[in-house]
Amino acid sequence: MAGHNESILREPLITGENITYSQITEDILAPVENKPNKAWWIGFSVAVFFALVWVGAISYTFWVGLGVWGLNKTVGWAWDITGFVWWVGIGHAGTLISAVLLLFRQNWRNSINRSAEAMTIFAVICAATYIFAHMGRPWLAYWVFPLPNQFGSLWVNFNSPLVWDVFAISTYFSVSLVFWYTGLLPDIATIRDRATGLRRRIYSILSFGWAGSVKNWQRFEAVSLILAGVSTPLVLSVHTIVSFDFATSLEPGWHTTIFPPYFVAGAIFSGFAMVQTLLLIARKVMKWENYITMFHIESMNKIITVTGSIVGVAYLTELFIAWYSGVEYEQYAFLNRISGPYWWAYWSMMTCNVISPQLFWFKKIRTSIWASWLLSIVVNIGMWFERFVIIVTSLHRDYIPSSWVMFYPSLIDVLLFVGSIGVFFTLFLLFLRVLPGIAIAEVKLILKSSSDQVKQKLIADGKIKPEQAEAYQESLEKFDSVDYLKV
Amino acid sequence: MSNTKYILGHFTDPDDLMHGIDKLQENNIKIYDVYTPMPIHGIEDKLGLKRSRLPIAAFCFGLTGTFTAFSMIYYMLVYDWPMNIGGKPAFAMPDFVPVCFELTILFASYGMMFTFFFANHFFPGRAPRVMDLRATNDRFVIAIDAQTNPYPDKINDLLNSAGAVEILHNERKYVSYE
Repeated sequence: MAGHNESILREPLITGENITYSQITEDILAPVENKPNKAWWIGFSVAVFFALVWVGAISYTFWVGLGVWGLNKTVGWAWDITGFVWWVGIGHAGTLISAVLLLFRQNWRNSINRSAEAMTIFAVICAATYIFAHMGRPWLAYWVFPLPNQFGSLWVNFNSPLVWDVFAISTYFSVSLVFWYTGLLPDIATIRDRATGLRRRIYSILSFGWAGSVKNWQRFEAVSLILAGVSTPLVLSVHTIVSFDFATSLEPGWHTTIFPPYFVAGAIFSGFAMVQTLLLIARKVMKWENYITMFHIESMNKIITVTGSIVGVAYLTELFIAWYSGVEYEQYAFLNRISGPYWWAYWSMMTCNVISPQLFWFKKIRTSIWASWLLSIVVNIGMWFERFVIIVTSLHRDYIPSSWVMFYPSLIDVLLFVGSIGVFFTLFLLFLRVLPGIAIAEVKLILKSSSDQVKQKLIADGKIKPEQAEAYQESLEKFDSVDYLKV
Repeated sequence: MSNTKYILGHFTDPDDLMHGIDKLQENNIKIYDVYTPMPIHGIEDKLGLKRSRLPIAAFCFGLTGTFTAFSMIYYMLVYDWPMNIGGKPAFAMPDFVPVCFELTILFASYGMMFTFFFANHFFPGRAPRVMDLRATNDRFVIAIDAQTNPYPDKINDLLNSAGAVEILHNERKYVSYE
């Protein structure tokens, strides 16, 4: 219920004075209803430039063929699959925030879920571009679907993890899209009812006729809950199946049973880092500091520390099992990772993913916006290296020493990767302009229970024990980033 | 008899709204519908609405997905064109699991979503049936059918005493979207 009181020990999820329901609408819709500011235009221009670089690089790849990449006959997967796994992993945080945290009733998800879900969709789009590109003949991409023999192939082989991956990624994309769009309906209706002219017409079409009646909301809540329930195993299955692409092979360094949980933890780890990278800037540029507070940032940093540590344990387990298995090839694969020609990639991965997130054990660091942002970039880099290490160092030296080679990326490899980041940011920045980047209805839902003003009122009314009230104020003053508290 | 079709009581606080519903119901005034900018928990019990059956629909669609996937793979790999892959059996059940699982989720989500759209009459471009434009922003609106509920003054008094900030007597049901 809207009016229930929450413990004072919980930090507020909405800060700011005089926040009303209409104030929430105004604040969140400000970027949608007004002309974009300079910061947005600068970011958008840079993003579009890199997106055009991507268009050029991908067109060149399609025109000439995969020979333009740095692949050779030993290393047949490199930056393409690295990029694919990296992007899919980034997508996972969005579903984790919107689905898993909903099931656990973590109310702090309410103000970050919308943009995290949007991020999921755009990240999966970037991942899909790599899949299409690495097929070499993308105009025959439909061959991955179960089609009869008239198309020149047998039925697809359902024993292959690559086919599982086709189903997993396409289901993941479709379900994420539905989850995101259904959640958007009430907020699109809010824009519609405030707009005039052509804008109203467009948002009216997009709103599907949402009215906000009791039955609308009741069914909406049922749909959200069930979608969260099915998305939770889905998101775990997707990266599990991505890891099967490697784990079901016989390649030393890939053929391990630890891969599914290790990949899932890594995916959530990198995804939260990307959410942090995006939202720390978005909250500043869009002036959403009252809704995405220091508590949100700190919570996400805690998840980054946990998943980073899980990933660290997985790295060490891999090393131990390689030694303990007694398999010579497996042992060499890991020795080669640590001290072979790609040692720098392995140790970059170790430093960025395992050591650097441990800095978040210090409250000063995990409540510092600059430190959080820099470390989130470090984690993104580290997770890219993880996929590179797994893929390239395993392939470049496997069973036959006469086939051992090094992999060197071509210019097109680099441009495709940089360009895909451009595509991602272009889509994300456009999203922030046309749709609300925070779920308006869900933030309104917690205004009466979890906002700072309600808690301050309780303190002022003397309903809170003085020592608890003091601890509450102290923690806000000491760690929160909101200016009015500092004055 | 006046031309008023619907009486709208506007509230700015969800708790006042709940209080207003109680007051009206105590006086046997039937509530047509309530429009809010966010979900209000507990309101459907108050208005006597039945639990949504969407979860049942989702379950049935999910099962359909499982069976579709299983029969598709069985037909393709075991019945229509069994392949000899390293001498392993064509009917390799464990390998069917991932795709069966994914299609279960896909069918459950899409089936449920289309049921949701169908039940609410949602489709792209549908003219929104909105009684007050502020109901998606900051107003919590109780709508009362003025034709079936006589004594509009009494309704006014009840709404006012429950804390309504504005009461409208509308001659049109929906704010027009021509």
